[in-house]
Amino acid sequence: MITIYVDNQAYQAKAGGNLLEAVLSLGLNLPYFCWHPAMGSVGACRQCAVTLYKDEQDTQGKIVMACMTPVKEGLRISLQDRQSRDFRARVIEWLMANHPHDCPVCDEGGECHLQDMTVMTAHDYRRYRFAKRTFANQDLGPFVNHELNRCIACYRCVRFYNDYAGARDFSVLGCHNTVYFGRSQSGPLESEFSGNLVEVCPTGVFTDKTLKEHYTRKWDLQTAPSICVHCGLGCNTIPGERYGTLRRVQARYHSQVNGYFLCDRGRYGYEFVNRPERPRTAMIRRDGQLAAASAEAALAAARELVGSARGLAGVGSPRASLESNFALRQLVGAENFYSGQAPWLDDCVREALRQLQIGPATPSLRQVEQCDAAVVLGEDVTNFAPMLDLAIRQAVRVEPMELARQLKIDLWLDGPVRELIQDRRGPLLIASPAATKLDEIARWTYRSGPAGVVRLALATARELDASLPVPDGLDEPTARLAKEVAAALAKAKSPLVVSGCGCGSVELIQAAGVLARALAKVNSAARLSLTVPDCNSLGLAMLGGKNFRQALEALRLGRADTAVVLESDLWDLAPTDAVESALAGKRLVVLDHLPGRTVQRADVLLPAGTFAEADGTLVNNEGRAQRFFQVFPPQGDIRQSWRWLGDLAGRNWPNLDAVLAELSSALPDLAPATGAAPQANFRIEGLKVARQSHRYSGRTAITADVTVHEPKPPDDPDTPLTFSMEGFDGIPPAALVPRFWSPGWNSQSALTRFQQEVNGPLRGGPAGVRLINPGSSGGTAVSAVSGESDQAGPQAGRLCYQKLLVVPAWHIYGSEAQSMQSPALAGRAPRPYLGLSPADAAQAGLQADQRITAQFDGQSLSLEARILPSLPRGLAVLGMLAGQPAVQLPAIIDPPPKGAP
Amino acid sequence: MLNETEKEEVARELERYPTRQAACIEALKIVQKRHGYVSDEHLAELAGLLGMTEDELDGVATFYSLIFRRPVGRHVILLCDSVSCYVMGYEDIYRHLRGGLGIEFGQTTADGRFTLLPAPCLGCCDRAPAMMIDDDLQLDLTGPKVDQILAQYQ
Ligand code: SF4
Ligand code: SF4
Ligand code: FES
Repeated sequence: MITIYVDNQAYQAKAGGNLLEAVLSLGLNLPYFCWHPAMGSVGACRQCAVTLYKDEQDTQGKIVMACMTPVKEGLRISLQDRQSRDFRARVIEWLMANHPHDCPVCDEGGECHLQDMTVMTAHDYRRYRFAKRTFANQDLGPFVNHELNRCIACYRCVRFYNDYAGARDFSVLGCHNTVYFGRSQSGPLESEFSGNLVEVCPTGVFTDKTLKEHYTRKWDLQTAPSICVHCGLGCNTIPGERYGTLRRVQARYHSQVNGYFLCDRGRYGYEFVNRPERPRTAMIRRDGQLAAASAEAALAAARELVGSARGLAGVGSPRASLESNFALRQLVGAENFYSGQAPWLDDCVREALRQLQIGPATPSLRQVEQCDAAVVLGEDVTNFAPMLDLAIRQAVRVEPMELARQLKIDLWLDGPVRELIQDRRGPLLIASPAATKLDEIARWTYRSGPAGVVRLALATARELDASLPVPDGLDEPTARLAKEVAAALAKAKSPLVVSGCGCGSVELIQAAGVLARALAKVNSAARLSLTVPDCNSLGLAMLGGKNFRQALEALRLGRADTAVVLESDLWDLAPTDAVESALAGKRLVVLDHLPGRTVQRADVLLPAGTFAEADGTLVNNEGRAQRFFQVFPPQGDIRQSWRWLGDLAGRNWPNLDAVLAELSSALPDLAPATGAAPQANFRIEGLKVARQSHRYSGRTAITADVTVHEPKPPDDPDTPLTFSMEGFDGIPPAALVPRFWSPGWNSQSALTRFQQEVNGPLRGGPAGVRLINPGSSGGTAVSAVSGESDQAGPQAGRLCYQKLLVVPAWHIYGSEAQSMQSPALAGRAPRPYLGLSPADAAQAGLQADQRITAQFDGQSLSLEARILPSLPRGLAVLGMLAGQPAVQLPAIIDPPPKGAP
Repeated sequence: MLNETEKEEVARELERYPTRQAACIEALKIVQKRHGYVSDEHLAELAGLLGMTEDELDGVATFYSLIFRRPVGRHVILLCDSVSCYVMGYEDIYRHLRGGLGIEFGQTTADGRFTLLPAPCLGCCDRAPAMMIDDDLQLDLTGPKVDQILAQYQ
């Protein structure tokens, strides 16, 4: 810490950063536009001007840009002096010259950084009397709206979209005072992170197109801290509700997890909550038909089914909370609790858990960004764990950034650093069946099925640790690649091994563990990151039920005659015949919020709350338990699953904490999950945290069409938050932050006020807690894994191509069931397809887009043929699309005959 | 579509630079030389040759005011509107051109003969007011002189 003087007052600041960061970290106000905490400084907008003095005697000073000025001991500046105040006022006046002043019709209004900065600089009178430049807007697809007249040319959008997220279908067009931020032609933005433009742009140029469909001002949204439910990474979110519908999702900063950003699946997948098709009423099957019933009647009917069961099978869910899954386990008994993860993925998740327990330690996304070498084994992270893609895109800059360090260029000086490193990238290997988007930044790509990738991983491990065996069947090119990769990994300061469940291969996850441990022997900073399919896959695995195959068996053999299914569609888990034969004559109690085949087959249907109407804990792929909170109270019959199940089990849990207490004593390994967020009795200044903003409008009139009396806010016994505008409105503990808002800072930029320092953790204690300490428990280290045969890959010339090995291909828009109910997202999903290598397609006489029927074990699928030039011969990929008949992968199939047209 | 000569010329430029993108300005000029401007189709084709996206190449093309992304007339008039020319009577010249051709800055005559554009400086302050037609500098302009000059460009 060093001392700096701001307007003659001494402050402690961190050395090494820039002055703007320091000033903001001190809680002082200084307007800015082009600087962004994740993207550093470029000094483009000139808004952050301050006066810098040589010493105490200097009365003149000179104007500098705070964002471009390194913080040094004894630095003396003024924010309040006339000179810099005037300068800032002029700058915003220029920036605003062409601005249309259309705040009342602008979606950004009320949470606009430009509005805030305009007020902060006291620019309140417009002197510019001339014609403004106007632009034609573009259709950028279903996610992001474009209204370019509002642009102030800060360049943040292109710096995020192109420089940070690596996309290339967007640019700056034109020059001088006619600068167009957009695409060469209209068309959907291709980046998986396009939605961040909405938050990155300080004006209303880029706004959330789905919000526009049901627009609400920030101040009228009821919000709560939440966790994204659309993949296994657990990004932190702020969903907002009004009148019982969810209106949008924003990023909730977490210093270790998602930082400032979200992927587009996470931001735009929310609309399933609003779907009219969603089960909303309790139902009981009468005379073969599902008919609406009261919640009490349905509960009684379910109780009767469970009570009279000769044997129970409870199927948990990787997309339901720890608490809901635990409640089910308590209802049916640990021995009758089964996983609702498709068995082939379930095997992978359990292996991933085992590897995480052995170690080496798994990195947070923030730590991934700081790794200087990485190997990705079998994963298409862009589609399976999207934000990991964004993190790896930062990681490949770390090694070349060393150059900047040697030249003593501050790393936050984005312009010079990018200029310096140009296209240099650190070592990255992508080993996967087909091409992935990250290939474009990879030093090496390796195309092969899982067994080939296993061989490459083990060969690399062997290069690092001579005590390991040489993998069988290692060919020369793979051996050479392994040597090169191993050398780069050994040289790295913080090398990373990424793998996971995406390939459906347990051996691959084990091999990733072997490689990471071999690496850790050379460098203890080595890390192992493993992806999992769903938002609570790991939590479900930690609860330790049996797998779904065993559930089907118990039902088929009649050991269970009643199944209680929690937020799962059984038809997604196993082939149709297997599910139907197991369920024949069985009784089914179903809790869900998604419509589906299991819901239709239910004997009793209990409508469950989505993440937005429920409280609970999710465990992400690092084993981090994070709490999500109800955004709005469930309507009608809808209840949180754990509450239905608690009532069914006669538990009478008074609140969520009671569930967690019971969970902690039943499963001590999971006890720390209780600490993911403060408990329900937590108060600040005697108050609960308000979910509604202090400007929430219409409180007394909102139900005036029904009653003139203002209703009492709904009770919330489960959390330290309240469904009201009355409550604590300051900075609560990190896990309870319902929105970023601070006096003078109405936009998301308010979040610097919530951070301990710029880019640091949020104030008020941690959010979430890690449940896994590597080396402390669990399995023994596997040191060798054998690469299986039946392998397609560069070395596989000796194989004959009578059969195809099919592995999964994941899609950010399409593979996840909940988000696929959101229209904006579903529109971008591919049609069901089988991807074939050109050679295999030619051999089978198949053309692109031709309809085919692929015969899997127990399931035939009608698909389109897609020809993927990157696929090695003998290997095929099946597009994983929510709702299509379940098949077990990897699978070996006959090359498909052409189907009926 | 680029013809064979254009493709060869682009290929020759590509050899002169360490990265393909670096040849992009020259490549745009090659297209413009023959067609007068760079159409969307040509832009897309060039982008492919240069290993750039259309968006990236369009960013370059639209940055340079002398790369035209819309059709222009047979002759392009660049009239200097910078300080020296302004002082020396640029406004009269502009008025004269407007009257004679019936077009404003950014427009092309109906017969496709002239496109009129402003230029921030032609580097001839000592002989202001100045303009440039195609590759020819025209200096010390007066109204009558402008008429004479225009007649030479059909
Ligand atoms: S569109 Fe937004 S982010 Fe991009 S330059 Fe304009 S104001 Fe800045
Ligand atoms: S990466 Fe996963 S958790 Fe994060 S926003 Fe996207 S879908 Fe949600
Ligand atoms: S924020 Fe410092 S110049 Fe833009």
